[in-house]
Amino acid sequence: MSASFDIAASAKSGETFVLNLGPQHPAAHGVLRVKMTMDGEYVMRSEPVIGYIHRMHEKMGENRSLAKFLPNTGRIDYLSALHYNHAFVGAVERAARIEVPPRAEFIRVITSELNRISSHLVWWGAFLLDLGGFTPLLYAFDDREKILDLLEGVTGSRLTYCYFRFGGVRDDLDEGFVERTRAFIAQMRPRLKMYRQLVTDNIILRKRLENIGPISPELCRRYGATGPVIRGSGVPYDVRKIEPYSVYSQLDFEVPVYPEGDCMGRYRVRMDEIAQSLRIIEQALDKLPDGPTLGKVPRVLKLPVGDVCYAVEAARGRLMVRIVSDGKEAAYRLKLRTPSFSNMSLFEEASRGMLLADALALMGSLDLVIPDIDR
Amino acid sequence: MPTTLEQIKEHFSGTGCALSCAPADRAVKGYDLDVSANAGDVVSAAEYLGGIGFALDTITGVDWILQNEMEVVYDYFHPASPLRIVVRTRVPRANPEVPTVSGVFPGANWHERETHDFFGIRFAGHPNLIPLLLPEDADYHPLRKDFNA
Repeated sequence: MSASFDIAASAKSGETFVLNLGPQHPAAHGVLRVKMTMDGEYVMRSEPVIGYIHRMHEKMGENRSLAKFLPNTGRIDYLSALHYNHAFVGAVERAARIEVPPRAEFIRVITSELNRISSHLVWWGAFLLDLGGFTPLLYAFDDREKILDLLEGVTGSRLTYCYFRFGGVRDDLDEGFVERTRAFIAQMRPRLKMYRQLVTDNIILRKRLENIGPISPELCRRYGATGPVIRGSGVPYDVRKIEPYSVYSQLDFEVPVYPEGDCMGRYRVRMDEIAQSLRIIEQALDKLPDGPTLGKVPRVLKLPVGDVCYAVEAARGRLMVRIVSDGKEAAYRLKLRTPSFSNMSLFEEASRGMLLADALALMGSLDLVIPDIDR
Repeated sequence: MPTTLEQIKEHFSGTGCALSCAPADRAVKGYDLDVSANAGDVVSAAEYLGGIGFALDTITGVDWILQNEMEVVYDYFHPASPLRIVVRTRVPRANPEVPTVSGVFPGANWHERETHDFFGIRFAGHPNLIPLLLPEDADYHPLRKDFNA
C-alpha cells in the first residue's frame, strides 16, 4: 500500500462525511459524479456515479444500417474519433472480407496518429490545469490547432471525424497535406523539448506527481485497464504491437513504458507517445504508396451470420468493437468496449486512503473522457 | 512461459466445463478460441483464465428472442500475449441468471451492472447490482429485442 495510506490510518479521526464531487466539476472533465466518503482530507471511499450522458449508441447500432452508424463512432470519445472510426470499419471489413488498398491504410495510420497527438495535447493541457497551472493549456491548444487544421483539410471536420469508410477512406489527402504535415513535425519536435524543460522537469510538478497514485500491473489486469495507464505501470501492452492491425507492423516505433506506476509514469508515457507518433507519421509519409483510397465494397452491405471482433489502440487504450450479425443490413448486436470505462473502474480501489488533492491528480492522470465511459 | 492456445484448449475440453471449445480463425473472427460453457461454469472459466494472466476485456449480452434465450459473452485479452479468448453461455430468456465473476475480476462489477441494465440479466452474488448507466429508477432493459422506445 502507498505511504499516503499509512498516514491516513494514523490521521484517522473516526468521523467521516460525504463529499459530493460533480456531476458538474471542472476537474471531472464532463458530467461525472464521485461520491466520496472523507475522513478529514483523506478519501476513505469513492464511488463513481456515471451515466449522465449515456446515449445508447449500442441500440442505435442495431436500428440503422452499418454505414449509417458510422458517424456515431466519432461521437463516443470525441478527442480520439478516428480510432473509433477505425475499430468499427475494421470490424465490418473483417467480417465482410473487404480489402483495403495500401494507400488508404497508410492514410489511416497518418491521420490516426495525428489524432492521438491532438488527444494527448488536450489531456496534457487539461491535466496541468487540474493541478493549478494555467499556461500550458494555451501552448497545448496552439499546437493542437495546427493538427485540427491538417485534419480539417483531409476529413472536412475538426473534432467528430467521420472519415474512414468500409474499404478505405472517404477522400484522398488534400493538396499540400504531406508538406504541411512534415512542417508540423519539424515544428512539434522542438516544442516537445520545450515542454520537457518548462513543465516535465519542473520540480513543483514532479513533487506533485511522483509516487502519487501508484497503480500496480496487477490492479490494471484485474480491472482491464489499458493504454497509457497500464504502460505507466510497466506493462508494454499496446494493441498496435501485440495485435498489429492496419500497417503498424511495417512501421518502426517503440512502446514507452514506465515501471513506477505513479501519476508521473502515466504523464511520461503520454509525452513520449507524442514523439513516437511523430516518428510513425514521418515513416508513413515516406512510405505512402500511390493508388486508390477505396476498395471494392458491395452496394448493399450485409455481414455474414456470426460474430466478429476488432481491436485498436485508441488514445486511451484498448478499444474493441464486437458485431453480432444475423445477415441483415443492421448489426444484430453491436458492443463497444471503450478504454475509459475500464480505466475509470479502478479509481475506487486506487484512490482509497489518498489525500483529496492527490486523488484528483490520479483521476486526471487516467485521462478520462466521460462520453467514452457512458456511451 | 505463457500458456499456449493448445494448453488452454486442452483445459477446456478436458475439465468438461465447456460444452464446446472451438479454435477460431483470428483473421476472420478477431479471437482465437470460442468456448461455450454452462452458466454454472463461467466462474471456474474466469478463475482459470485469471490464473494464467488473462484480463477481462468486457462482458456483454445478446438477446436471442427467437430461440427464447439470452447469451452472455465474456471477452478476455492477455496483457503479454496476443491470445484472445471468448467464453459464452446461454440462459433461458424467462429467467436469465448467471453467477457473478466480480469475485475473480473486480473490473467485472461494472460490466455486469451494465449488462443487467441493458438486458435484465441477473448476476447472482453480485455485490451491488443497481443501475449503472441507466437512471436509478429504470425498470426497462433497452437492448432486449422486444423493447420499443
